[in-house]
Amino acid sequence: MLLQALAFYAFAAIAVAAGVMVISARNPVHSVLFLILAFFNAAGLFVLLGAEFLAMILVVVYVGAIAVLFLFVVMMLDINFVELRQGFLQYLPIGALIGLMLLAELILVGGTWAFSPEMSGAMPVPDLAGRTNTEAIGDILYTHYIYLFQTAGLVLLVAMIGAIVLTLRVRPGVRKQRPSDQVARTREEAVAIRKVSPGGGV
Amino acid sequence: MLTIGLGHYLTVAAILFTLGIFGIFLNRKNVIVILMSIELMLLAVNINLVAFSMHLQDMVGQIFTMFVLTVAAAEAAVGLAIIVVYVRNRGSIAVEDVNLMKG
Repeated sequence: MLLQALAFYAFAAIAVAAGVMVISARNPVHSVLFLILAFFNAAGLFVLLGAEFLAMILVVVYVGAIAVLFLFVVMMLDINFVELRQGFLQYLPIGALIGLMLLAELILVGGTWAFSPEMSGAMPVPDLAGRTNTEAIGDILYTHYIYLFQTAGLVLLVAMIGAIVLTLRVRPGVRKQRPSDQVARTREEAVAIRKVSPGGGV
Repeated sequence: MLTIGLGHYLTVAAILFTLGIFGIFLNRKNVIVILMSIELMLLAVNINLVAFSMHLQDMVGQIFTMFVLTVAAAEAAVGLAIIVVYVRNRGSIAVEDVNLMKG
């Protein structure tokens, strides 16, 4: 119990500290790296909760894909980041005001709400000894939520096509290979047989 | 204090969510950090969903977290693509210039 509490406080503290650094770091590259740290610690919190599969998905998808995507874009774009810092303090009061208001509201909600007595889970979590977390998710995801699962795939497909269409740039004057023309060539237009006399050349 | 319950996780998620909102206001000129703040807020929501899922012993929360992750990935990809196109056209990522795009 003590170890669990220590682990929770360590993960939570590092996640919150990393979150603070994400929004306040001067260099966006550092922001991305702190975002990765926050994701790792959130994955630790998920493991503590017993949701191992989601913890691993968080590391693979967020750290492996999204954070690397951010890192690529931040490093690829040649932007003067010092200029972007101007006006940083100008928005500090209103941002702090709205943030504190929201936090107060969340605390009010957290302090006053209660579970309904007849509350029960729709899909109970199976006993961890018999069924692992991954198997339990698979049992439900591929049966009850198969249509949503397919729709999620479609969302990703649309996002992929959208990202490609947005960033694709047709540049004039660039020599490109035309495979259809190459395949459509016939022997007659590609090869010419000449009789070459000795010592004469073509 | 030493027994970690639902309230502890909800507190962490609330702090992370507030940090995300704060980051959007603080970095008004840098779209990339705004996108990162949105990712932070989605992470807070995911922590909430998983905490409630485990507290209520209900798997649906974890299934929903997976869909939130999917949408977050799609949103990050399209958002970053828009930023790349925007920088190509204007040479900056200042959010305040974005209203120049309107018709």
